[in-house]
Amino acid sequence: MLMYVVRRLLQAIPVFLGTTFLIYFMVFSMPGDPVLALFGDKTPNPAVLEAVRAQYNLDQPFIVQYLLYLKDLLTGNLGTTFSGQEVTEVLKRAFPVTLKLVTMAVVIEFVLAVVIGLVSGLRKGGIIDNANLVIALVLSSVPPFVALFLAQYFIGIKLGWAPVTVGANATWGAMLLPATVIALTIYVTGMRLMRGSVIEAQSADYVRTASAKGLTRRRIIPVHVARNSLIPVITNTAASFGALIAGTTVTEGIFNIPGVGKVLFDAIIRGETATVVSFVTILTILYIIVNILVDLLYAVLDPRIRYV
Amino acid sequence: MTEENTVQTLSTGAAPADPTTPLVEVDDLQVTFTTANGDVHAVRGVSFDIYPGETVAIVGESGSGKSTSATALIKLLAGNGRISGGSIKVEGKDITGYNEQQMAAVRGGIIGYVPQDPMSNLNPVWNIGFQVREAIRANGVAKGKKDIEAKAIEVLHQAGLADAERRLKQFPHQFSGGMRQRVLIGIGLGADPKLLIADEPTSALDVTVQKVILDHLESLTREKNTAMLFITHDLGLAAERASKVIVMSQGKIVEAGPSLELLQNPQHPYTKQLIAAAPSLASRRIHSTVGEHLTDGVEGPDMLTLAERHEDSEAAVEAAPVVVKVEDLRKTYMIRRGSFKSDPLHAVDGISFDIHKGTTLALVGESGSGKSTAARLVLGLEKPTDGQITVGGVGMADASSKQLFDLRRRMQVVFQDPYASLDPQRSIGAIIAEPLKVHKVGNRKSRDARVAELLDQVALPSAMADRYPNELSGGQRQRIAIARALALKPEVVVLDEAVSALDVLVQAQVLQLLADLQAELDLTYLFITHDLAVVRVVADAVAVMEKGKIVETGATDEIFENAQQEYTQRLLDAIPGAGIEFGA
Repeated sequence: MLMYVVRRLLQAIPVFLGTTFLIYFMVFSMPGDPVLALFGDKTPNPAVLEAVRAQYNLDQPFIVQYLLYLKDLLTGNLGTTFSGQEVTEVLKRAFPVTLKLVTMAVVIEFVLAVVIGLVSGLRKGGIIDNANLVIALVLSSVPPFVALFLAQYFIGIKLGWAPVTVGANATWGAMLLPATVIALTIYVTGMRLMRGSVIEAQSADYVRTASAKGLTRRRIIPVHVARNSLIPVITNTAASFGALIAGTTVTEGIFNIPGVGKVLFDAIIRGETATVVSFVTILTILYIIVNILVDLLYAVLDPRIRYV
Repeated sequence: MTEENTVQTLSTGAAPADPTTPLVEVDDLQVTFTTANGDVHAVRGVSFDIYPGETVAIVGESGSGKSTSATALIKLLAGNGRISGGSIKVEGKDITGYNEQQMAAVRGGIIGYVPQDPMSNLNPVWNIGFQVREAIRANGVAKGKKDIEAKAIEVLHQAGLADAERRLKQFPHQFSGGMRQRVLIGIGLGADPKLLIADEPTSALDVTVQKVILDHLESLTREKNTAMLFITHDLGLAAERASKVIVMSQGKIVEAGPSLELLQNPQHPYTKQLIAAAPSLASRRIHSTVGEHLTDGVEGPDMLTLAERHEDSEAAVEAAPVVVKVEDLRKTYMIRRGSFKSDPLHAVDGISFDIHKGTTLALVGESGSGKSTAARLVLGLEKPTDGQITVGGVGMADASSKQLFDLRRRMQVVFQDPYASLDPQRSIGAIIAEPLKVHKVGNRKSRDARVAELLDQVALPSAMADRYPNELSGGQRQRIAIARALALKPEVVVLDEAVSALDVLVQAQVLQLLADLQAELDLTYLFITHDLAVVRVVADAVAVMEKGKIVETGATDEIFENAQQEYTQRLLDAIPGAGIEFGA
């Protein structure tokens, strides 16, 4: 088990180097001069320009810039933004917000997927099942950003049930609406997985054996049907957790949530190489860790799986 | 002491077991399955009684309705099935109209159930202790955490798990098939039911394990005077284990009676047919009924020629050239035991054999004996760790990839499961023609002609080329698999448990077909099987494998009449119905 974790972490090293290099290179190659852009319409003093360039190592060739950056990264220095803030500081503020948002979304998604999937699977072909299918089709065919705008307009503006934007004070309550919308747009996969597993489990031999033992349906459904069906749903949800953290840009943009996605978006627009690369690197590492956790979780859920 | 007490308290709880009133009365039972193609009447008017302490066997082929009748008794039919007529009475009470909750009281406590497949009948995510305790708690046999635990251990001890205390926390996948079946038997008998339904309880197990488990089941049920309804496809097994046998075909009972009488003096033609088709130790080698008479076409098998052929066969085996020569073949797998440790597993441990042209060598053994690995090595699907395989004079170890490719053409295989070995997405014609395409034989037109010819050889209509595997029965599918193996006109065909999944009547037909094809095309067979009764009728020579080694080898008759090794003798003794004289 431990060896497995170590091996997976070692595998993460080339992934880490590859992503940082690619991201660094792409941001470097973006058109426009970030230093010039800093001055807006004003024409800056060439000496000042030079000084700023030197400060951010922008006068060095690309590969030197990258290696310098890597050295800083490994010593825990993620650099500073153009506005003079430490990237680590920005990250410390933005990250908990995103984590809150995504956790809420994932929990809502999981509960919906399990409950609705179970009911649908137990009543396969019934009215509830068919209604679910239609709702699922509608939900999965609406692009997330459209759903977010619609929710913001109707629930936030027209009905006034939830704050229209979140702003600096990102509380759990304020983010309930965007989290629910994200959950709804991704719950369909989980729900269908649960439904399929439940249908399959109901005709499984071990479920018939459970009935033959004299167990009642009230025990068989949770202990033998639902428990076994949870395995794929949990792994699906856990995997989407990683993807969501990296993909909240649109949601955070629309609801003005000061999380990782929004900071990253702003940094890309301003061409702040250090910020962008640092954020993406952190996200990559996080994604790798979440995926390892998902794999380990699998072993906890299914005793047949053992990693050596 | 405790055992006696439990038995007594149970029988005082209900009416005392009266051997003259039936425990279960099934009257004109009808079971219907609703499918997309309309209703299927799986059981059509079945009636039988089971008396306390009696063992009744239902025998039939797949689709005969034998398992359906049994599952209908405890109302565990698949979702689309229902009891559409008749009645089932248990201890005089009609349970036909019982709902799920009422049935929960009947199941486990009054009627126990031991299912067929030990691999799929235990929930993989819960440990063994959990699954046994659950059954005990549900039937109120013991109360309180400690008593339930103690009862669970007792139940497993009785079912033959000596180290039950230690293994309660283990999961099903850590148990062998035989051990799992013991757990299921323990669960089935855990609440001391009056009737135990055993639905092919050992058909997934090796014969020697099967014997041990059935012996154990028999002594347990006798001790507690439990009645047993035993479902099986094996007539010999039924006769050996039950006092009464019911033969079912197409949802109806064709014949029923005391088991020995029924087997030795069958009345119904179907029963006679079943008995005739069942390969037993007394059977003789099947010989082609086509043979030399193929050209004449009119004459039937000439008894004299057949007898002469049998006399000659042993001499002929020696005279024929060796086609497959295996010398000191070894295959070792490294099994990981932790992060850095791995132990060698000698799957095939230095075996040697020759197969002469036009003859059949049977490689026999229990699961894990290495027989299938040996087949894979001979086919060149895996590389041997050591040793030499020579096919038609070409050594496989030093053959170039081109030579190996050509060698594959001369060697084909038929696998066990005809449901898994045919691609469901492709038509029968495409399946049979694929080897021809791979080896670039002929053009589209000549390949179509060859497919028609092959279908004819395996006695199927050529129109079948346009159909798909799911439209065919198991026997037909296995014929397709044989046709595919013959497409390239191979010299050697490896038959890996090729008839094990088939019902006796179909099995007999396929074995006859294989014998005919061997005579007609001078084929050499390597026949891998666990079933010694089948070996008797197909093989010229036998090699018995145990733990990767060949422990005994010789001509079939010699081995069967005078086995030298204790292991071979044990395998022979374990064949169900070995001691019973069959009448036909």
